[in-house]
Amino acid sequence: MSITEIQFQAQTVESAPEQAIQGRSQWQLTWRRLRSDRVAVGSVVVILIVAICAIIAPVFAALTGHPVDQEYPNTGWTLQGLPVGPMTHGFLLGTDSQARDLIVRIAYGARISLFVGISTTFVATLAGVTIGMISGYFGGGVDAVLARFIDAVLAFPFIVLALSLAAVFGPSLTIVLVVITFFSWAGISRVVRGQTLSIKEKEYIEAARSLGAGPWRIMFIDILPNLMAPVLVLATLSIPAAIVFEATLSYLGLGIQLPTPSWGNMLADAQNDFQVAWWYLLFPALALLITTLAFNLLGDGVRDAMDPRTERIFAAASGRRGRRKRRRVTPIDVLSDPAQPTLGGPA
Amino acid sequence: MALTRFLIRRILSGILVLWIVSLAAFLLFFLRPRDTVARELGGKTATAPILALITKTLGLSQPIYVQYWQYLYRLVHGNLGYSYVDGEAVKTILAQDLPRTASLVVGGALLWLIVGLSVGILSAVRARSFFDRFATFGVLTGISMPTFVLGQLLLLAIFLPLNEHGFTWITDSYQGLSQGVVPWLGYYLLPWITLATVQAAIYTRLSRGSLVDTLGEDYIRTARAKGLTERRVIYRHGLRAALTPVVSQLGIDIGGFLGGVVVTEQVFNMGGIGQDSVAAISQGNLPVILGFVLIAALFVVVANIIVDMVYAVLDPRVRIS
Repeated sequence: MSITEIQFQAQTVESAPEQAIQGRSQWQLTWRRLRSDRVAVGSVVVILIVAICAIIAPVFAALTGHPVDQEYPNTGWTLQGLPVGPMTHGFLLGTDSQARDLIVRIAYGARISLFVGISTTFVATLAGVTIGMISGYFGGGVDAVLARFIDAVLAFPFIVLALSLAAVFGPSLTIVLVVITFFSWAGISRVVRGQTLSIKEKEYIEAARSLGAGPWRIMFIDILPNLMAPVLVLATLSIPAAIVFEATLSYLGLGIQLPTPSWGNMLADAQNDFQVAWWYLLFPALALLITTLAFNLLGDGVRDAMDPRTERIFAAASGRRGRRKRRRVTPIDVLSDPAQPTLGGPA
Repeated sequence: MALTRFLIRRILSGILVLWIVSLAAFLLFFLRPRDTVARELGGKTATAPILALITKTLGLSQPIYVQYWQYLYRLVHGNLGYSYVDGEAVKTILAQDLPRTASLVVGGALLWLIVGLSVGILSAVRARSFFDRFATFGVLTGISMPTFVLGQLLLLAIFLPLNEHGFTWITDSYQGLSQGVVPWLGYYLLPWITLATVQAAIYTRLSRGSLVDTLGEDYIRTARAKGLTERRVIYRHGLRAALTPVVSQLGIDIGGFLGGVVVTEQVFNMGGIGQDSVAAISQGNLPVILGFVLIAALFVVVANIIVDMVYAVLDPRVRIS
C-alpha cells in the first residue's frame, strides 16, 4: 500500500462525519470558484477563440481566397505602392507592406504565439519543478549550487544572452524556444524550492520515510501533489510572458523571420509604415494584447480560485447582492480605509 | 567600518562577475566560424584573398587564447578595442551614445519606482475601492503589454496626431539635456512611459500585495490599538516591513529592465548603446557587443550593491557584513 493510499484513507476516515454536508476535494472547490469567476470564464472563451483561429488559419486563407504568403500588388496596394486599408478590395483588415492579406497573417501569427507560449511553458515547468524539488529536498551542497544557479539565471540580463545566441546561431524558432525556456524555468524553480523546503518537514513525509520510501518516491508521489496549486498558477502566468518574449525577440529581428508571420515580426515590419497604415500596426498589436491579457486574467483567476482565503473575497464581491453583513467581519475589512466609514466598500 | 568592508567585498565579487561575463560572451562569439565575420564585412562579392586579409587585419587568424589575452590586456588598460566595421574605438562609440541611454535609464527607473510604489501603496490602503480596482485592471493591462507594442501605440496615438497638428514639443529628433530641460522632456517623455509601464505594473502589484499582507499582521493591530493615527500605522509601521520583499525583488528585475531599454531604444530609434548593440549583432561586430555586455553587467552589479544597501537600511535585522 502506498503512502498516498494511507493518507487518502486517513483523510476519508477523518472527513467521514462530514459526508452529510458533502465533502469536496480541493480541485472541486477550485473548479467551482473558477466557474463562478466571470472574468476567468471570459478569458477562457477568448483563449479558445484565439486557439480556434490558430488551428483553422488555413480556413481563413480559403475563405478569403488569399493564401498567407500571396502578394496582391494590384488590389492590395494603392497607386503609390502603400498598403490598402480595412474593408478595401476584399481585404477585411487591410494589407501589409508587401500587399498580403492582414487578417490571414494575423491568424497564422496566432499559431506561432500559442505554440511558443505553451511549449516553452510546458518544458520550463517540468524543468523548474524537477530542479526546484531536487534543490529543496536534498538541501546541502546540491541546494547551494542549484539555488545559486537559479538566482544567477533570474538576475541575468536575458537580452544579452538572447542577442548573443541569435548572433551566433542565427535567428530561428529553435533559438527562440531555447532562450525563452532557459529564462522561464528559474522563477518556477524558486517557488517550488521554497515550498519543498517547508513541505519536507511535515509529519507525513517523515512517515513516508520511516516506511522506507526513497527520496524520488517521496518527491514525486508525496510532495509533488502539494505543489500543484502554485505551479499551475505560475504556469498559466508564464504562457503570456513567453508570448511577449517571443514577440519581443521577433521584433528585434532575433526571432521568427519573415515571411513566416508572427505577431512580433509583423509589428517590427509595421514600424516602417505605421504613419500611413495604422491598421498594420494596430491589429497585430490588438491580437497580441488581447491574447496576453486573457492569459493573465485567467492566471489571476486560477490563483484566486486556488487560494482558500479567496472565499471571503468572493463573498465580498457578491456582497452587493445581499451578503453585506457577512462582509463587514472579514479580516480584510479591518484594513480598509477609515475614510470610508460603514457601508463604504467597493461601490 | 562594516560598510567599507561590505563595499570592498561586493566590488571584488563584482569584478569577478564582470570577468566571467566577458569571458562567456567572448567564448560564445567564437563558436562562430571566423569566415562568417569576414564574409559579413567584406560583402558578397569579396574574394578569398580579401577575406583572408580582413581576417588577418582583425587578428582573427590567431589562436583564440591569444586573441582573448590581447583583449583582456587592452581591457585592463581601459581600451575596449576597435569596431570591426569602421575601426572606431569602441570606447568612443559607447561614450558618445551613453548619455542617450543614461537619460532613458534614469528617467525610466524613477518613473518605474515612483509610479509602481505609490499606486501600489494607495491601492493597498484603499483595498477594493474603485481606485484599487481600476489600478488592478491597469496593472494587468500593463503586464500584458509588450514594451515595444506600447511604444509603437504611443507613437501612433500621441506622437503622430500631435505632430500633424503642429505641436512639436513631443519630438522624435534627439534632444539632449544640454539643449535645455524642456526639449529634453519632450523627447524623453514617451520613451520613459514606454520603458516604465511594464515594470511599474509589476511593482504596483508587488507592493500592493506585500502591504496588504503586512497590514494584516498582529503588530499592526497592536499599533492601531494603542491609538496611533492611521497614517502613522500605515506609513511608519506597515510600509517599512512591506517594502523589504519589494526591494529584494529589485535586484532580480534590473536585468529585465535592461532588456526594456534595448527595446525602447529600438522603437524610438534613439541611437543609444542598446541600439548600437542590436546593430552590432547583426554585423557580427564583436568588440562593440562585448563593450555593451560589459556595461550592462557593470550596471547590474552596481545596481545590486545599491539595492543591498537600501535593503539593510529598511530591514534592521539585515546587517551589512
